[in-house]
Amino acid sequence: MHSFFAILTTVIIAIILALLPMPDWTIWLRPAWVLMVLIYWAMMTPYQVSVGIAWITGLIMDLLNGTLLGEHALAYTIVIYFVSKMHIRLRMYPMLQQGISIFVFVTLYLFIIYCIQGFIGELPASQLYWLSAVTSMLLWPWLFVLMRDCRRWFKLA
Amino acid sequence: MEAFASIRAALSLPLAPIQYIVSWPTTFIDNLKSVISTHDDLINENLSLKAEQLLLRSQLQRLIAIESENNYLKALLQSSRQVKGKTLIAELLAVDFEPFVNQVILNKGSRDGVYIGQPVLDATGIMGQIVQVGPITSRLLLINDPHSGIAVQDARNGIRAIAVGDTYSGKLKLMYVPNTADIRVDDIFLSSGLGDHYPEGYPVGRVISVNKDPARQFAEVYIQPSAHLDSSRQVLLIWYQKNA
Repeated sequence: MHSFFAILTTVIIAIILALLPMPDWTIWLRPAWVLMVLIYWAMMTPYQVSVGIAWITGLIMDLLNGTLLGEHALAYTIVIYFVSKMHIRLRMYPMLQQGISIFVFVTLYLFIIYCIQGFIGELPASQLYWLSAVTSMLLWPWLFVLMRDCRRWFKLA
Repeated sequence: MEAFASIRAALSLPLAPIQYIVSWPTTFIDNLKSVISTHDDLINENLSLKAEQLLLRSQLQRLIAIESENNYLKALLQSSRQVKGKTLIAELLAVDFEPFVNQVILNKGSRDGVYIGQPVLDATGIMGQIVQVGPITSRLLLINDPHSGIAVQDARNGIRAIAVGDTYSGKLKLMYVPNTADIRVDDIFLSSGLGDHYPEGYPVGRVISVNKDPARQFAEVYIQPSAHLDSSRQVLLIWYQKNA
């Protein structure tokens, strides 16, 4: 029950961060907050957060964003599948290597969204779109520490 | 597809609180600003607003005369069309989407009688139309979205065209304009009312570039939207019934 509450809270905070209005020059820099939080939980508690939760969260993101229904759901599901496949390895990695894997995961996520947007003819206007993967990678260590503290605070294993 | 639309509309209610939470800091800062702005500032602002109102009133008087004359002439031509309708001011929720989504959320929904396809204006021109209505929020598709099309007319010579959104530039593009069409830079385009969605005669945008390449079948005309698509906070919903 504890863990459910913790996961719900962090995912909602991540969704709020993903929608929070920011200055204009940051629009392409926004990290993939929701995906990063999902990756963390899928890595640390793979029996609670897996493909199902990722799919539901993705649907919520689609509804909030007004994108094609299922677009984010598909992208999250695919990425989280790979994360939960290799969660033990990811946990063992030092921070630098973890950051690089986050970069790869977020790039995969961005690539899936990019393809779907391409199919419906609404590609992002600028190639700065891919910068989001870099900011996600740079923010990962802080997010990791924050989430670890949060997990301890909620007294999760 | 319609089932999906209704699912989306139904789910917009439980998700609306998140949107309100996200937009709360912005409203809070706005309120704070108005609380700490000084008395003098308010007096000054009030004076300038009064002056502006006076100016607009005087222009309006002229317009009323013109409008009645116009209606009279239209009645003579037996093509009368209701120009006035119910309007409602809505506010944008300060919610950011992914940068490739050209939509915004309004704080009015089906409770206020908002309907799908309703035209939305701001102070300077047409902003877009409503594409999804929830009980307390609605979603506005801006005219620079590639899925949005609007029937327009050149204010100078009445050339009709369809303006669709262009993702790459955030501008509008005219579809199927022949190379011989007399369209120049700085022409103003108004809505022509032919699509039945938008009322007639509201400004849509100004031509910023015309590229007549003889190798291509159609001219490339780009239009800068006259509505402030990314900076308006308050918009006008209008109930537009076409009864021509």
